[in-house]
Amino acid sequence: MNRWLPRTYLTLVYLLLYVPIVVLVVFSFNESRTGYEWGGLSLRWYEALFNNRAMVQAMWNSLWLALSAATVSTLIGALTALALHRYRFRGKKVLNGMLFIVMMSPEIVLAISLLALFLLVGLQLGYVSLLLAHVTFCLPFVVITVMARLSGFDERLPEAARDLGASDFTMTRTVLIPVIMPALLAGWLLGFTLSLDDVVVSTFVSGPSYEILPLRIYSMVRVGLKPEVNALGTLLLVFSLVMLILSQWILLRSKR
Amino acid sequence: MRSLTQQPFRTAVLVLVWGWLLFLVLTPNLLVVGASVMTRDPGSFISLPLTLDAYRQLLNPLYLEVFLHSLYMAAMTTLVCLLIGYPFAWALSKVGKRNQVLLIFLLIVPFWTNSLVRTYALKLILATNGLLNNALMSLGVIDEPMQLLYTEGAVIIGLVYLLLPFMILPLYSVFEDLQEDYLRASHDLGAGRLSTFIHVIVPLTLPGVLAGIMLVLLPAMGLFFVPDILGGSRNLLVGNVIKNQFLDARNWPFGAAASIMLTLAMAFLMFAHRLSKRRIGEDGV
Repeated sequence: MNRWLPRTYLTLVYLLLYVPIVVLVVFSFNESRTGYEWGGLSLRWYEALFNNRAMVQAMWNSLWLALSAATVSTLIGALTALALHRYRFRGKKVLNGMLFIVMMSPEIVLAISLLALFLLVGLQLGYVSLLLAHVTFCLPFVVITVMARLSGFDERLPEAARDLGASDFTMTRTVLIPVIMPALLAGWLLGFTLSLDDVVVSTFVSGPSYEILPLRIYSMVRVGLKPEVNALGTLLLVFSLVMLILSQWILLRSKR
Repeated sequence: MRSLTQQPFRTAVLVLVWGWLLFLVLTPNLLVVGASVMTRDPGSFISLPLTLDAYRQLLNPLYLEVFLHSLYMAAMTTLVCLLIGYPFAWALSKVGKRNQVLLIFLLIVPFWTNSLVRTYALKLILATNGLLNNALMSLGVIDEPMQLLYTEGAVIIGLVYLLLPFMILPLYSVFEDLQEDYLRASHDLGAGRLSTFIHVIVPLTLPGVLAGIMLVLLPAMGLFFVPDILGGSRNLLVGNVIKNQFLDARNWPFGAAASIMLTLAMAFLMFAHRLSKRRIGEDGV
């Protein structure tokens, strides 16, 4: 019993975690309109999804936003991690503290503070405001991922590069960047997923000119049941799964 | 100026990083603090004079009730997560290393999946003619469908479902660090299982418990889309109030004050977490 009890318990909790996801996937292939009864296998909801032009546009918008937010946050996050790792400068603790605050504070707090800023400086809510906001909440995750990689790294390498006459920039490019590459990829994928998934911050900082997927889903699921959402959710699930496996694979491979 | 000419790269990096964080983290947060002590203005959102009205409004019985109800649901969520997560993390840390990697992967897959879609999936299960009711009725457990959706319970289930991994992961990491030596020492000194649990395991895993509470309790007050989808109009979170004040009612000072309360709660929990870690450090463990 001592061996089986923990295993049974683990299995039970995993079951609970996965039942809703399995239900969603199964019902996405359901012919029936009502969404509760099984009406036979069908791809009609996937068809409906792709025939909906506004939906397809929102998908592209979200993908583009996630791509750009992940790229910018990886770039700035990597530079931040390098600065924190290598430079001594005044206010380092303050910098660290700000990153920590972004990561820990409830999303809604970040959301309203950014909304206040954008309205104050007169920035029209749309792609740019979404990008700035998404990069900001992705940033600490990239920094942490890269810092973790840098902390296990032989300090003598950059010194050797310097002694051989490399400038700071050359040394970063030829020594540090290759070392942190796996962390950059993992951070990028994490940023991409966070951006694609975000509802709370986007609700506040998006405008009618740039509709994104999570907000479209949000307006669909608030009332009643929409079978298209099952299909969309299944697609998003497969997509995230691929991204997650990719990032784990990159991290595992780099450890060897 | 020396650094500017000699190390242009370093300077550029520092300017970019500082610029971003000052502009998009520090300034916005100061704006919220500022907005919370200003007067509501229908035209420009906020205006002078300075006032503490927004904070006084937080104590208005109507809102106080909403806040307390939200706090109650968040606390229940946290408690349920802890009750499920603590034994779960313990059991997980006992599994063989190879399986552990896979099991943790399975734990974070849902975390990487769109949370709105997962909340919606719960709706399929909990609805009046949903899967759970249908299953229970066909099994003959109940005769009539139960009202599960649009209840306080549905909101708590939704929040637990979304936040459980955030409780488990920090707990798992403290159980991983828990060394068998301490348990054996406790046993050798004559402690029973219960006494070992209370005097050794609980104190050593306390930082993980507090980290988990921190990661669950605060989002559980802010995730406004969960009550929107599962809770109906009577089971609101602080997040719904803040969202409503900023986007619909246009009462910024009040929304800002409510958000500052959340931030203060976060600061308090972080302080408690740090304290618990320090205490363990001082004991030489």
